[in-house]
Amino acid sequence: MATPAAIRVLEHELLLYRRAFRGTLVSSFLNPVLYLAAMGVGLGAYVATGKGGAAASAALLGGVSYLAFLAPGLLASTAMQVAAGESTFPIMGGILWDRTFFGMLATPIGVVDILVGKLLYICLRLALATCIFFGVMTVFGAATGPQAFFAIPAAILTGLAFATPIIAFSASRKDPSGFNSLFRFGVIPLFLFSGTFFPVSQLPGFLQPVAFATPLWHGVDLCRTLALGTATPIGALVHVAYLVGVAALGLGLASIALRRRLRQ
Amino acid sequence: MPDPSTPALIRARALTKRFGAFTAVDAIDFDVAPGESFGFLGPNGAGKTSAMRMIACVSPVSDGELSVLGMDPRADGPRIRARLGVVPQQDTLDMELTVAENLAIYGRYFDLPRGLIRERVAELLDFVQLSERARDQVESLSGGMKRRLTIARSLINEPDLLLLDEPTTGLDPQARHLLWDRLYRLKQKGVTLVLTTHYMDEAEQLCDRLVVMDKARIVAEGSPRRLIEEHSSREVLEMRFPVGVQETLDGPLEGLGERVERLPDRVLVYADDGDAAAAAAHERGLRPEMSLVRRSSLEDVFLRLTGRSLVD
Repeated sequence: MATPAAIRVLEHELLLYRRAFRGTLVSSFLNPVLYLAAMGVGLGAYVATGKGGAAASAALLGGVSYLAFLAPGLLASTAMQVAAGESTFPIMGGILWDRTFFGMLATPIGVVDILVGKLLYICLRLALATCIFFGVMTVFGAATGPQAFFAIPAAILTGLAFATPIIAFSASRKDPSGFNSLFRFGVIPLFLFSGTFFPVSQLPGFLQPVAFATPLWHGVDLCRTLALGTATPIGALVHVAYLVGVAALGLGLASIALRRRLRQ
Repeated sequence: MPDPSTPALIRARALTKRFGAFTAVDAIDFDVAPGESFGFLGPNGAGKTSAMRMIACVSPVSDGELSVLGMDPRADGPRIRARLGVVPQQDTLDMELTVAENLAIYGRYFDLPRGLIRERVAELLDFVQLSERARDQVESLSGGMKRRLTIARSLINEPDLLLLDEPTTGLDPQARHLLWDRLYRLKQKGVTLVLTTHYMDEAEQLCDRLVVMDKARIVAEGSPRRLIEEHSSREVLEMRFPVGVQETLDGPLEGLGERVERLPDRVLVYADDGDAAAAAAHERGLRPEMSLVRRSSLEDVFLRLTGRSLVD
């Protein structure tokens, strides 16, 4: 039976990943341990006695500890970062450096197969990173109840909502100089201000709609409400629809950008 | 010579490639017969690579007709590519993978079963003399070895048609001869070769028939021997004069041989009898620093057709 072309592209990605496997496992494990220990446990102790007293802090965080508030947000942010990393340099490498995409295109594999194969690989990377993160969260006592498990697929979806538009961006760049700006002015500000570390209600009023428009806020809030058991069907649906919409839009743009670049 | 009774493997009519306002390939016609070894000869920028990329079904045809293996690249790209082997001008090897892994994963792109891939990888590594490097990372290979690996990779699906875009550019003479030998063996086995080159010796060694391209158009077509017969004399007298002397020689050079070509560094006299031309030059009092008689080559054909040399 014929193997779908996108799966054959995935085989290539996995063959490459075998070499990086150990390194990414260690960082996927160490990152949540360090963040949750330092910010969740260490810094969290001060948050409980913050401005307006413990009661005000607890109300702001929805009646949970800072650790429990932070962990699912970090889960979504981690997915964003993994996706951004896999959607920038590896894409440019396939076009510009090793030019492996051109090698694939000389075979029956097409542009869309490359895109889908890459995304399947990113999904696997996201699944691995978020499962490890979730395991660490559980050990820290930051995941309670079986419904919290749904934060994993929610985080993977969040990652995809970043992967597709960033692939479109990467495929349309002539050199990697734009990636620094992408991380400096995109990924890092989102990481800091999309509700991962504090509720967006703490942002100045005019910035709040900006936060609501970013995919990361939707991902963070979806993961958090799922992990804390406070998700409402309508709220969750809006988040999922928003993330799916961004991922689909990005998919369309990425396929146009890749085709333009690879099929001249 | 293409046999009119067998259908062409590649057939192009008014084939055109445009990038915006720039025309890279301008309405060219050609046929390639099964088993033939066909070349595009021309300087850089003549449109050879653009023509190749259209044949390889990776670059859309802008205008005109093209059929490859009896199919239309517009509709049947993946089916055509399944039967092609492609050696691109720039290697597209996976630098982080080993030599053997590069071949194996390429076999998977064609959806070949793993058992078959294992057999072919061993055979191909032997064929291109890289068996000992099978487990080495590609990054550590020399340029010639990478090129051989690229050729081995293009053969993993046992293609009916092998497309080679400047297969030996940038290689040292030894590496080139090894590659030519391997390509010659493939030709003997009946594989149809289409190659681009700006080396005359490569075209003469490998091509049964070739087209000369210049400025996006085909300016001549035929076997290397016929092209030389049609467009050049049998022999060429090359003379090099001391600096500044060549410019003063208009009169004495007049009428020497059939035709005189002035290059920046030497004068070429085209004549059927080169030695007679050399004697005539001596009689007229010409005293070149260096003088030699050689047979006409495709370089001379190109010079005649375009007024320029192939490699600038």
